[in-house]
Amino acid sequence: MKIAVCIKQVPTRDWHPRLNDDKTWIREQDASFEMNEPDAYALEEALRLKEKHGGEVVVCSAGPARVAQVIREALARGADRAIHVEDDGLASADAFVTSAALAGAMKDEQFDLILTGLQSDDQGFAQVGVILAERLDRPHATIIMEVQVAGDGARQEPPSQRPPSPLHVTPGLRVKRELEGGWFQWVAMPLPAVLTIQSGINQLRYATLKGIMAAKKKEIRKAAPPSAASGGSAPKQKIVSLYAPEKGKKTQIIGGSPAEAAKELVRRLRDEARVLA
Amino acid sequence: MILVIAEQRDGKLNRATWETIVGAQQLAGISEAPIMVLVPGTNTAGVAGDLAAAHVGDVITLEHPALEPYTPDGFTATFHDAIGQLSPAYVLLPHTYQTRDFAPKLAARMDRAILTDVTAVKKAGEQVAFVRPMFQGKLTADVVPQGPPPHFVTFQIGAYRVDQVAKGAAPAGVRALTVTVDAAAIREKPEAPFQQAKQAVDLSQAERIVSVGRGIKEQANITVAQQLADALGAEIAASRPICDSGWLPMERQVGSSGQTVAPKLYVALGISGAIQHLVGMKGSNTVVAINKDPDAPIFEIADYGIVGDLFEIVPAIIEAVKA
Repeated sequence: MKIAVCIKQVPTRDWHPRLNDDKTWIREQDASFEMNEPDAYALEEALRLKEKHGGEVVVCSAGPARVAQVIREALARGADRAIHVEDDGLASADAFVTSAALAGAMKDEQFDLILTGLQSDDQGFAQVGVILAERLDRPHATIIMEVQVAGDGARQEPPSQRPPSPLHVTPGLRVKRELEGGWFQWVAMPLPAVLTIQSGINQLRYATLKGIMAAKKKEIRKAAPPSAASGGSAPKQKIVSLYAPEKGKKTQIIGGSPAEAAKELVRRLRDEARVLA
Repeated sequence: MILVIAEQRDGKLNRATWETIVGAQQLAGISEAPIMVLVPGTNTAGVAGDLAAAHVGDVITLEHPALEPYTPDGFTATFHDAIGQLSPAYVLLPHTYQTRDFAPKLAARMDRAILTDVTAVKKAGEQVAFVRPMFQGKLTADVVPQGPPPHFVTFQIGAYRVDQVAKGAAPAGVRALTVTVDAAAIREKPEAPFQQAKQAVDLSQAERIVSVGRGIKEQANITVAQQLADALGAEIAASRPICDSGWLPMERQVGSSGQTVAPKLYVALGISGAIQHLVGMKGSNTVVAINKDPDAPIFEIADYGIVGDLFEIVPAIIEAVKA
C-alpha cells in the first residue's frame, strides 16, 4: 500500500499565546512548535499498516520552512520520504488553501490511502481531510479508531491495465468510526480513500537514534503551492480579530499557600456553593 | 434566507438542532433574513411538526433513499441538490460528528466557505462575523466568510441553550422537497452503530465528580485523584488523553466522545479545558479548576480556581475536607 500521511506543525501545549500587531494572528516568533497530536496517531497508523501490508509511507506537510522539523521527526519515526509544500502564507491558511496545496502535491503520486489527524490543535477546522477527499474524488470517513484492509490493499497497476477477472477482489477498507457518547460504527469503502484519525487509535512509537540517523538520508521533495490557475484555492475565511477568550463566569481565584487555598476552597464549597456536606 | 439543516434519525431529533435554530435566530436579527429548517431522512413528519413551533418561516421535509443510512456521499449529493433549489445565503448546522463528516465535503463540492465550531454571531462593521475558538480555546477569533454565498456555519454543541428558542405565534408551514440523487453512486457502506461496552458507570447521575487530565503526569498519580474523590464522595472521571493512555477505563471519559455530565460539583485536576472536554461538563453546577497554568481555558468556566501544583493542593484539600 502506498500511504500518504498529512501532518501539521502546531504550537506546543504549554505555549502562551501572544498576538501580532494587527491582532489577526499569533506572534510566531514567540511560539515553539510540535507535531499536531492526532497527526502523530495518523502517522503511527500508517507505519503499522505498512508493517502489515508492505508498501510505502510518505509524509506530506503544507507550511512554512519551520515545518521541516516535524517532517524530520516523522521520517525518524519510520516514514520513507516526504513532500513539503513550502510557503509562508500556509502558516495561517484556511482548510481550502491547505487542502489545495496538499492535493496539488499529491496528484501524481497515486496514493492508495491518505491519512490525516481528525483536526489540528491550532485552528481546529476539522476540515482538511474531508475537503482533500472531495478534491481528489475519493470516499472518506472521519474520526477513525480502527483500520482493516481487505484484499492486499495495493493497486499494483492502474485499473484500466488490470486483467479483467471475475475473482478479482476489490481492494477495500473496513474502518471503525467513532460516534458521539461511546457509540461506534463500522464503514466499508473501496480504495483509494481518505481517513481522518482519532487520537488514541494506537500507541505511539518514538524515534530511535538509528531512526534519527536514517532520516537524514531520506528524501524531502519541496513543492510550491498551486497557483489559482492550477488548482489553488482563494482563502474562504478571514480572521478580522483575534483575542483572549471572554470569561463566561466570574471565576474566583483562591490564592495563598496550598494549605490556605485548600482550606478556603473547602469553606466556600460548603458555605457558598453548598455542594459539600 | 437562512437554512438550518436539522439532524434527526428515524423520527428522533438531535437536540443540538434546537441550539442551531437559536443561532439562526440570532443571525436573522442581524441579517434580517427569514429562516427555513430542512428536516432530512426518513420518518420526518413528527420532527418537522415539532420544529414548526419555533419562530421560523418554513419547515421543509426531505426524504430520499440516499439519506438512510447516513453516508457522506449520500448526504453531500442530496444537500447539493436541495441547496441548489433553495438558494440560501447561509446554511447552518450543529457541529456534531455527523456534520463534521459531510459538511466540509458539501462546502468543497460547492466551493463555498465553511466556518466550523462557531459559538456566537456578531456584527463587525458592515459585515457579519462568526466567533470561534482557536488554539485549543486559548484564543477566540472573529471570522468573516469570504466568497459568494451560501456560507456554511456549524455551531458548537452547547453554544446556545435550547430554552432560548423563540417560538412562533402560530406553527410554521411544513412542505416537502424532492431531489434527484443516484443512491447507487454512494461509495461508503455503513454497518449498524454499536456501543463498545455496556456503560457500567453512569457518570451522568453522579452528584460529584473528580476529573483528571494530562496534568496528573503518570498513571501512578491517579491514586491522588482517587483519594480526593473518596474524601468528597465523588466518582472519578478523566479527559480523553488519560483514557487513551489506558490510565482509566474509556467508560470514565467525559467529553464529546465520552459521557456528558452535569453534577453539583465538578473538580478538574490538571485539565486544560479543550473544547472537546468542556462540552461534556459545562452543565455542571459548580466547577473547581486546579491547574498550574493560569491561562488554561478551564479557568474561564470555573467558579473556583486554584493556580498551582495539584500534587501539593489535592492532599491539602483532602485534609481540609476531613478536618
